[in-house]
Amino acid sequence: MRFTRRARLAGVALVAAALVLAGCGGGGDDDAGGNKVITADVTEPQNPLVPTNTNETGGGKVIDLLFAGLMTYKTDGTPENEVAESIESDDNQTWTITLKDWEFSDGTPVTANSFVDAWNYGALSTNAQNNSYFFESIEGYADVSKENPKVKEMSGLKVVDDKTFTVKLIQPESDFPTRLGYTAYFPLPESAFEDMKAFGEKPIGNGPYTLESWSHDQELVLAPNKSYQGAREPQNAGVTFKVYTDLEAAYTDVQAGNLDVIEIVPDGALSSFETDDSVQAFTEPSSALAAFAFPNDLEHFALDDEGRLRRKAISMAIDREEITDKIFSGGRTPAKDFSAPTMPGWDDSIAGSEVLEFNPNEAKRLWAQANDIKQFEGDFVLETNTDGPGNKAYVEAVVNQVKNNLGIDAKPKFYATFQEFLDARDARKVGAFRAGWQPDYPSIGNYLGPIYGTDAGSNDGDYSNPEFDQKLKEANAADSDDERFAKYAEAQEILFEDMPGVPLWQTDVTGAAAKGVENLEYSWKGVPEFHNITKE
Amino acid sequence: MFWYIARRLLQAIPVVLGSTLLIYAMVFLQPGDPIRALFGERGAPDAVVEQLRNQYNLDQPFLIQWLLFLKGAIVGDLGQSFSGRPVADMIGEAFPVTVQLAMMALVFEAVLGVIAGTVAGLRKGKLFDSSMLVTSLVVIAVPIFVFGFLLQLVFGVKLDWFPATVGGNASFYNLLLPAIVLGSVSFAYVLRLTRTSVARNMSADHVRTARAKGLTEGLVVRRHVLRNSLIPTVTFLGADLGALMAGAIVTEGIFNIPGIGNLVFRAIVLGESPTVVSVVTVMVLVYVVTSLIVDILYAWLDPRIRYA
Repeated sequence: MRFTRRARLAGVALVAAALVLAGCGGGGDDDAGGNKVITADVTEPQNPLVPTNTNETGGGKVIDLLFAGLMTYKTDGTPENEVAESIESDDNQTWTITLKDWEFSDGTPVTANSFVDAWNYGALSTNAQNNSYFFESIEGYADVSKENPKVKEMSGLKVVDDKTFTVKLIQPESDFPTRLGYTAYFPLPESAFEDMKAFGEKPIGNGPYTLESWSHDQELVLAPNKSYQGAREPQNAGVTFKVYTDLEAAYTDVQAGNLDVIEIVPDGALSSFETDDSVQAFTEPSSALAAFAFPNDLEHFALDDEGRLRRKAISMAIDREEITDKIFSGGRTPAKDFSAPTMPGWDDSIAGSEVLEFNPNEAKRLWAQANDIKQFEGDFVLETNTDGPGNKAYVEAVVNQVKNNLGIDAKPKFYATFQEFLDARDARKVGAFRAGWQPDYPSIGNYLGPIYGTDAGSNDGDYSNPEFDQKLKEANAADSDDERFAKYAEAQEILFEDMPGVPLWQTDVTGAAAKGVENLEYSWKGVPEFHNITKE
Repeated sequence: MFWYIARRLLQAIPVVLGSTLLIYAMVFLQPGDPIRALFGERGAPDAVVEQLRNQYNLDQPFLIQWLLFLKGAIVGDLGQSFSGRPVADMIGEAFPVTVQLAMMALVFEAVLGVIAGTVAGLRKGKLFDSSMLVTSLVVIAVPIFVFGFLLQLVFGVKLDWFPATVGGNASFYNLLLPAIVLGSVSFAYVLRLTRTSVARNMSADHVRTARAKGLTEGLVVRRHVLRNSLIPTVTFLGADLGALMAGAIVTEGIFNIPGIGNLVFRAIVLGESPTVVSVVTVMVLVYVVTSLIVDILYAWLDPRIRYA
């Protein structure tokens, strides 16, 4: 079916979309032994490879292989200790962390200071680290993150001895250990602090691989780290990431057998890659949620009786199945809640979640009921940036569904760039707006608190409901996972009543591998488990 | 001649100043805050954003930013990308690749275009002429990315004669396919320009005189027809070198070539003004120099043209 894919030759738009995406790939270098080097695509990392400064996927997947954190995640997202011997707390607020014997690839030991110093470095405002907000729940963060900070270390971090340190949080957070496998929390060797810029070019980590070389805009060569003793033991002779700016080029290389793995298949090949006999196709559920949000004071859609009815009506007027099938060729999974099925403790039947099901009659009834409170005037406007892949198509589809199924005026509003869209959003000058979310660690809480908590960092709709905040607080203080999951479900019940956002679907991971590649699995966050990949 | 060249080079100064100012203005006017966008959906503490704005002079008024850029450029410091790499290094790595690609495309289109155009012009109205006209029409009409994907699919994936993409290994052989794609449209123009010009000159007075002198047909074509016919072609080729380098964005994307096109594309998306402006400045200099060379070539091709 190779010619099907070339149907895209007709589509200028697809090429434009593909140019926006960035991909990467590698050539197949064979190792002398039976063990082979795996090649995969990457985008040029946007920053030097420093864990606290890497918040994009290109650098992220490299760093995750170079470092080991206190925790790591199994393929299904279950967290387990990696460098940590134990992470314990009596009150979910003060955590005592002890470490295993562990070494950086240069032979220096991983100590409590390796973590504490790295976290303090990441949080200090003068270091301007992209991931600094990850430390905001640690006591003393406010003092180091402000302009001209007087102290350089967070008061909540205390080194007890070489292998032990304590973390005091601002408030109890039961899922604190879960997040410790995220990139921002990786340790740094002492040598890093002498010259962080040089370190970022040639980082020394404690993870399953070491960085052998980085030719900017070309490739990053990773070799197995011989001293690594953790759970992610490399099954191949290394991973070479080839840098691509155009995902189409990476896909072509997989077809031609020049690249082993492409993490995400370009939109242009989505309709055909599963039947393309020159590649192996992978479609896996992932954790990225597509949604749109309502500003709290948007006329007719505000957080009041009228607004709640209209928000639900809009949600029920959208036929998610149809959009995911027709526009995304099945590459999306209609949402059942505000998180994703890959999360531990996920529940597909939370009370109130029926508002995510297509029900045009009920939608019309709710809309009419809202009109009884106050007659609707004007349009329903859904805003988005169009430089992200697929954004435009899906916003148009949602708007059309609302228009046809509710019989109201609805229209999209487009921003050419993400920057422009963010500015409008930050200035609170938007109507309903597209809001995607990719969690940093496998916890339903990561979908709720940062977006819907009162005054939370990514709460761009300014949603605020004390009851919801209370449920989150209870979840944070929970003694067991089951209790925590139950509280998250209760918190979501409140969201289903208020509908501050309308979940649409989870973005499936659609990857491809060259023939002969084996053991390719996608992690809970939709990234290949590179250390497990082998090839013939 | 010396003063002519010196004058032309001096003229380049206001051109460079003006174009950098224009590009700076355009990047500056691009809506949205590039620093804020670095943090995506999550945002960052104000202090961090301020710190970075300050680091890249983005908190300064537009004219000050431009002057600071010029000040740095004069002492050889083109600034830094958001990833902290010196822009000069990035251009230093990407520029040779693009130059090689563009030169290969230029040689391809010049050699094949002039040969095919001359033959077509000499045999005006014959089968070869007609088939060349149709071929060039098709090449001009089909967008370059279609042509690129097609050649990549046929020769890179199906037949496996060339690597499907280039990546870090920019050898002559690896760049051959992209160079043909990049030069294809210009090849069609060169062919048509040469053909028309040759066909017209065949009936010119000086050619009739040359024939009347008893020169062989070969000498007439080479000395009298071709040399005169090449003026429009050379003008086109000179301007085209810059266009090839600037227009390599699409080709570099298709074949994954780490050149100027990919570099500037990414910089525009991120709103990295120092990178965009530096690359454009280099391109402007290329245009200035090539158009100077073209003008000097005129004098050699057409003895009637003299420069004082």
